[in-house]
Amino acid sequence: MDQPKKPARREFLQLAGRSAAAGIAIGAAPTYANDPAVPPKTDSSSGRVAVSLIVNGEARTLLVEPRTTLLGALREELSLTGTKKSCDRGECGACTVHVEGRRVLSCMALVAMQDGKHVTTIEGVERDGQLHALQSAFIEHDAFQCGFCTSGQIMSGIAMIEEAKAGWPSAATSNVARRFAVGDLTNAEIRERMSGNLCRCACYPNIVDAVAQAAKRS
Amino acid sequence: MHPFSISRADDPVKASAAHARDGELAFIAGGTDLLGLMKDHAALPQRLLDINGLPGMAGIELRADGSVRIGALARMSDVAAHPQVRVRFPVIAEGLLYAASGQLRNMASMGGNIMQRTRCAYFRDEDSVPCNKRRPGSGCSALNGINRNHAIFGWSGACVATHPSDVAVALAALDAIVIVRGLSGERSIPFTEFHRLPGAEPQRDNVLQRGDLIIAIDVPARREARGSHYLKVRDRQSYEFALVSAAAAVALDGRRVRSARLAMGGVAHKPWRLGAAEIALRGVSLDDGDALKTAIAKSFADAKPLSHNAFKIELAQRVALRALQTAGERA
Repeated sequence: MDQPKKPARREFLQLAGRSAAAGIAIGAAPTYANDPAVPPKTDSSSGRVAVSLIVNGEARTLLVEPRTTLLGALREELSLTGTKKSCDRGECGACTVHVEGRRVLSCMALVAMQDGKHVTTIEGVERDGQLHALQSAFIEHDAFQCGFCTSGQIMSGIAMIEEAKAGWPSAATSNVARRFAVGDLTNAEIRERMSGNLCRCACYPNIVDAVAQAAKRS
Repeated sequence: MHPFSISRADDPVKASAAHARDGELAFIAGGTDLLGLMKDHAALPQRLLDINGLPGMAGIELRADGSVRIGALARMSDVAAHPQVRVRFPVIAEGLLYAASGQLRNMASMGGNIMQRTRCAYFRDEDSVPCNKRRPGSGCSALNGINRNHAIFGWSGACVATHPSDVAVALAALDAIVIVRGLSGERSIPFTEFHRLPGAEPQRDNVLQRGDLIIAIDVPARREARGSHYLKVRDRQSYEFALVSAAAAVALDGRRVRSARLAMGGVAHKPWRLGAAEIALRGVSLDDGDALKTAIAKSFADAKPLSHNAFKIELAQRVALRALQTAGERA
């Protein structure tokens, strides 16, 4: 059924955020100094540094304080609020995004150190209006309750399936010397590989089922 | 986090010089430990120097003699996934895979891993309770506090913390070598001499000086390395630091131990090598559980529990035994 085209709250915030981000964006190249004796090029009044990123396929340039985390930049500067801030200590996985295709914790990364890199967030995984296979699997298996950890779970799961396809072993692999195949992704393997993502609603059995289904179909 | 500035290094000599002359500067690679310390106000550097762009420090190089050089900037996940590391040094791959989470292993560097600071809750406390590691002379809150996770070997009245790294335990067992660039050039530090016991200076985790930059970790070929295993016991099965862990590597003559290497994590301020047990294990049959146990016990004569961790003395010996037996079956 067609929905009336009234912008949702989130879309409205995204639009507003984009204008705000555009307001501070500058076109300059990254401003790290190569010689540590030379202070980095900064906005002299604020000490901010310019960072260029490719976020969900789109080039973005930000002027940020050096202490800004990748998580902070995504949420506060780019209004990509699908990535969640929870523990802010690298303990829960809610802030998981992909940098250069790998899953990382955006709360434990400084955005100033991601200059020139490709970043993918939950907002960037659908293609042409089609949900990613793991997003569909989460819906099919009811793999969430409150939903706060879900974007991190999905970003982690997508990259984890790629790691398994690349033959990476895990702590659940009895013989690490043997090549790992995606077909070896038992539930015990999935649980181990997803252990960096906590779910306080304890939807773990459904999350494991969703990841297993997406891995099988991938 | 507190405000700080950041710049990027492209030359190790300049990076080392900057670190030596500026006591408020910290190197940053993966950042997974340093940013946590900064968020907890346990580290407050004024300037960060991003060393990720330093050339030639991210590789994993297998050599003809069977050794491997692991660049300080190599990520934990790349080392753990390396096919030859997995075959030749399973204890290293397992030590890495049992640590942290998939996300953190993708970020954390090998040099940073062995530099990570203790997980002692008093040291990490945001409100800064007495801790000699954090503020020398302020006292040790763990000595008579909650010390279930703390040391049973080599602790002092000034500090009872343990070293949190898993792979460091494997590297200690294999007698790896830390390659460091300092102000006077490059030098090699035997792994077992890299980390310190706390003594009267628990603020010093290791023997590095200002200006020192870890370049690589060399793991020589060891006849015991293929028959090796890392076993970690913790309060939850995954994504947790060790209560007690063991790295074991064994070479056999038939079913008898020709030579064994054993190191433990979660028991001391540094990876703890079981030297006396290694000597006593020579010639013992893998099938003689009692004799293996007696040999391992030789290294526990000087174990000294704190008020909440006496259980670790028995647990550690059982963990060492099981790691040794599993390694032996692979040898």
